[in-house]
Parts: sequence; C-alpha cells; structure tokens
Amino acid sequence: MKISTVKIISLLFFIFSAFYLYTAYQIRVFSFDEDAAFNAKTFPIYLGYFGMFIAGLKIALPEKTSEEVDQQFLNYKKTLVLILIMVIYGLTIRSVGFFLSTSLFLISSYYFLGERRWLRMFMLSFPFVAIFMFLIHGLLDIYLTDPILKSLGVIG
Amino acid sequence: MIEGILLGLKTALSFTNLFMVMFGCVIGTIIGMLPGLGPMTAIALMIPITYGFDPSTGLILMAGVYYGAVFGGSTSSILINAPGIPGTVATTFDGYPMAQQGKAGKALAIAAYSSFAGGTIAAIFLLIAAPMLSKVSLAFRSPDYFALMVLGLTAVSAFSAKDQFLKAIMMAVLGLMLATVGQDSLSDIPRFIFNSMSLADGISFILIAMAMFAMSEALMIIFRDKDPSKAVKAISFSELGSIRLDKEERNKMLKTIPRASVIGFLIGVLPGAGATIASFLAYGMEKNFVSKEEKEKFGKGSVHGLAAPETANNAACSGAFVPLLTLGIPGSGTTAVMLGALLAFGIQPGPRLYMTNPEVFWSVIMSMYIGMVILLILNLPLIPYIARLLAVPRNYLVPLILFFSVAGIYLISFNTFDIFLMIGLAVLACFLRLYNFPMPPLILAFVLGGMMEENLRRSLIISDGSFNFLWDRPLTAVILGGTILLVSWQVYKSFKK
Repeated sequence: MKISTVKIISLLFFIFSAFYLYTAYQIRVFSFDEDAAFNAKTFPIYLGYFGMFIAGLKIALPEKTSEEVDQQFLNYKKTLVLILIMVIYGLTIRSVGFFLSTSLFLISSYYFLGERRWLRMFMLSFPFVAIFMFLIHGLLDIYLTDPILKSLGVIG
Repeated sequence: MIEGILLGLKTALSFTNLFMVMFGCVIGTIIGMLPGLGPMTAIALMIPITYGFDPSTGLILMAGVYYGAVFGGSTSSILINAPGIPGTVATTFDGYPMAQQGKAGKALAIAAYSSFAGGTIAAIFLLIAAPMLSKVSLAFRSPDYFALMVLGLTAVSAFSAKDQFLKAIMMAVLGLMLATVGQDSLSDIPRFIFNSMSLADGISFILIAMAMFAMSEALMIIFRDKDPSKAVKAISFSELGSIRLDKEERNKMLKTIPRASVIGFLIGVLPGAGATIASFLAYGMEKNFVSKEEKEKFGKGSVHGLAAPETANNAACSGAFVPLLTLGIPGSGTTAVMLGALLAFGIQPGPRLYMTNPEVFWSVIMSMYIGMVILLILNLPLIPYIARLLAVPRNYLVPLILFFSVAGIYLISFNTFDIFLMIGLAVLACFLRLYNFPMPPLILAFVLGGMMEENLRRSLIISDGSFNFLWDRPLTAVILGGTILLVSWQVYKSFKK
C-alpha cells in the first residue's frame, strides 16, 4: 500500500503537535498561577490537542483525489544549490562583511541559475550593493558591520 | 467626517506620502503582473523598507502596493493568459480572447477604467462604512473578539484553497503555534524557546512574512522550473491596438461597474472572501444581468465579462480594509500582513483607531483615491512600457528577491540566527505549497495569535474558567453560529463529493 505524501506530511504534523503539546505541559508557570482559569500554558495546550485532532482527521479520512506531484518537473539540484548559497551567505555576512558577502551571493546565484553575461552580472552585484549600502548606511543611517570596508576606511 | 477627510487629505497629500503612494502603485503593478508573485509577496518585500517610516506613510505605501498588484495582475491575465494573482483569474475569461482578437489595447483600457471605477466607488463606501462600523464595534467585548477571530480564521481557511479545508486549518494551527513562541505577554514566562536567546522575543512577523511569501515564492520559481518572463517576451507590444473605447463599449461598462462595485465591496468586507471570490461572483452575476445576446459573448471577449471581475476585485481590496481598520481583524492574508506591520509600528487597529490615530485612518482612505488616479495614468498610456520591464529573466529576478528577503530581515535584527530560521521556514513553505497547503491562513493566524490568546484569557478569567462565555452574549453566539455554519458547509461539501 502506497501512503500519499500529504498523509505523511499530516503524520509529521501530528508528531509535531504531540511534541508541542508535551513541551506546553513542561512550561513552568508561577505557583500561584498553577490552578488559575488561564495561565501561560493554557492556550498552547489547547493548540496542541487541536493540532493533533486536525492532523489525525486528515490521516484518517480517505483522499478523494490524488495529490501527488510529478517529480520529473521539479528542479531539486538548482534549488538545493541556491539554498546552500543562501546558507553560506548567512554564515559570512558578519565575518566577511555585508558588501563582499552580498555581492558574492548575488554573482554566484546568477551564475548557478545559468547566467553567463559577466558584465551584467558584475553590474547587478558590486555596484548594485554599493548603491544599496549607500542608501541604507548613508541616507537611512542604519549601521552595517563591514570589517573589510572598515579596514579600507570606506565606512567608520 | 469632514474634519477627518480634510485631515486625511492633508496627510495623504504631503510630498512623502504622495511619493510613497506612487512608488507603491508602480512596484505593486510590476510585481502583480508577474505570474506567481502576488500582492502578499509585494507587501512582504515592502515591510523592511517601511520600518523607520511614520505609520501613515508605511500603511499608505503598503496599500498602494496592494491595489497596484491587483491592478497589475490583470495585465498578465489579458496579455499572456497567466493571471498575476488569483483575483484576476476571472479576467482571463474575456480579457485574453479580446487580446487574441487584436484588441489587447482595448481590453487593457476596459480593465484600467473598471479597476479605477471599482476602487473609487468602493473607497466612497469605505469612507461611509468604516466610521459607522467603528462606532458599532465599540460594543464588542473580549468574547466577541475571540469569536470573530475564530470566524476569520475559519473563513480564510475555507476560502483560501478549493477543497483544502483541513490542510488550511492545519496551517492556521501552525501559525498560532508559531505565534506562541517567546515570552507570554502577561506573565513574561518563556515558552518554546529551547534555551535560545534568539527566540526569547518570539519570531518576528516580518521574518514569517518574508519566509512564507517572498523567499518561498522565489524558491518555487526555481523548484518548479518556471520562467515568468518567457511569456512576456513573446508579446509584440507594438501590436496592442487602440486603447480608445467607442460609445457602445462605454455604455456597457457604465451598466456593469455600479453592480460589480457593490458586490466586490460587500464580498471584500466579509472575512476570508476577498478579491478572488468577488471577481468570480461578479462575473457569474453579470452573466445573469445581461441580455441573452450579450450572454453568448461571455468567454469570447465580452466587455461586460471583462469589466465585472476587474471592477469587483478592486472594490474588494477597498472592502478588505473595513474589518482591518474598524475591528483590527484582517479579513485576508494580505490585510493580515498589513495588520502585522501596523502592530510593528506600535498601532493597535480597532474601533478606537479613528479616534486615537485619526491621521492613519483617514490618510489611508484618502490615499486610495490618489492611488486610483495614479494607477489609471499608469495603466493606460504606460502599460506597454511597464510590461517590457517584466522581461527581466528569472536568473536575475530570483537572486534579487532572495537578497531583499535576507537583507530585509538582517537589517532589522542584525542576527544571523534569523537568516537561518527564515531559510528553514522558506524551505518548509516550499514543500507545503507543493502539496497545496495554503499559506494565507498561517500568516493570518500568526498575526492574530497574540490577540486571540489575550481575548481568550480575558473571557475565561471573567467567566471563571467556564466556556459559557461562548454563548452568554447574543453577539458572541451569532458569530460562533456563523463559524459552525461555515464548518458544516465544508463538511457537507466534502461528503457530497
């Protein structure tokens, strides 16, 4: 018997709701609040039970139409590479600085998505980020940490 | 009211606000045109920009983006048969056939005039209805608010995706669960933070909005291997035809616009319904109003068939502001994003909004008129040129959306944890979208979560822990009755199938 992906997602949601409910019961409230009509864990407890109930219904009720997605039309490779580039961007934004990490993020994303016009890629990365930073840092006065630009004396 | 209108005009006509409404309309039109990117993405991308703004300016910008996106969505429906947003699906029925007959310019003009008229008429209704409803809603108590939020969530879940009620409710529960992360609002007791200081203040609304809409939609373009710009490149913009309408066409529009405006506005006011249902309903009703001869033209390029949904979807946008501004309860995912932004500004929408922050209340309404004029100017002579901008390939479009999402959240929190959380949530949203789990109930529930818990807390404390508060007050009972009817209707529909 093949279990549909929607049912698997519903099962995961059921487990998540059960975990949420367990965690809700672990919330430590003040002793004088323990028997109150409503305390910090009341609403989460209701939500946990309700989440389990709805997910349980979705699992138990029969599916009228197949909701499977044709996997051959999905581009996993490009999506995963893009996610990886974003994670690297997140990891380097503080240490490398906003300017360089953002420009490299943009240029590498353009490249992995199939763009090969280097001049256009360059214009839409380094100068584009410089203008963006000028707007943010120079005009809106939002401080951006950038060790490289700081060492070059571009920003204070 | 006159004082309010003058105050609204004064605020809306300031240089900054005029610029913002114009900017919002242009950005909204461009994003709305792109199939796959809707008004929620457009508004989510605007939130970080509005962060340091005055609340009126921020809301005016977001409102401009909202109706700009609905306006822009019709262009791709007419030109390439690909609706930019669900609210313009009905526009394709007669708009695209008209374009195929070489009357694309005419179709765009009908859409522009109808949208303008629908939006303007509905803004007048809003001007009258909002203060009246504000006064009525002063009588609302905590149990009524709690019941109203339950109704709103149920309605959005029922209407957000066809035959996906349980999935939508699951998303609403997930949204409520995410809203409970962080300190409890009354006792400051930490909940679900797992010893992480980054979660102590809860998950930011902006993070959720950007992850679930902007970032996940950009990832979906790549995941599904779509390129929205391809279809646009195929259009010959020099062959759009004349935009001038003859007397007969104008007369047809004059008949359709008033009735479609009323339907659109009323549907927009209802929680959960919005532009999509309004446009379909107006299209269906218009078919019954016209002569038999005209009826046969429906689906083949009828002026009535194009004007009705275009009028109704814009009227519904204005209608959606009524519950937001008067009750503080958004009726749709898009207005939920706006409510979140208002709360971030420190403004509590609700019946007292027009007393405590009259400039916000009135300036938003007045800016709608200005926005409609700007959109008309934009959509008539400039649309072929704006549509050319849509040929931006996805190789550039997607990285730029991702950049604005990441930079948007980083510039607010300066915390890399938020970036990773946003990426994680966007990936989760991608998978959920793939299997038709709708996102609007999640965002609405996330925004309403805190208020819902607060109103339930007050109600339960007042009734000493008893659930009698659900039927003690007639108003609460009526609202909950509506919710039960809606759920019963969904159950009946699923068993009937």
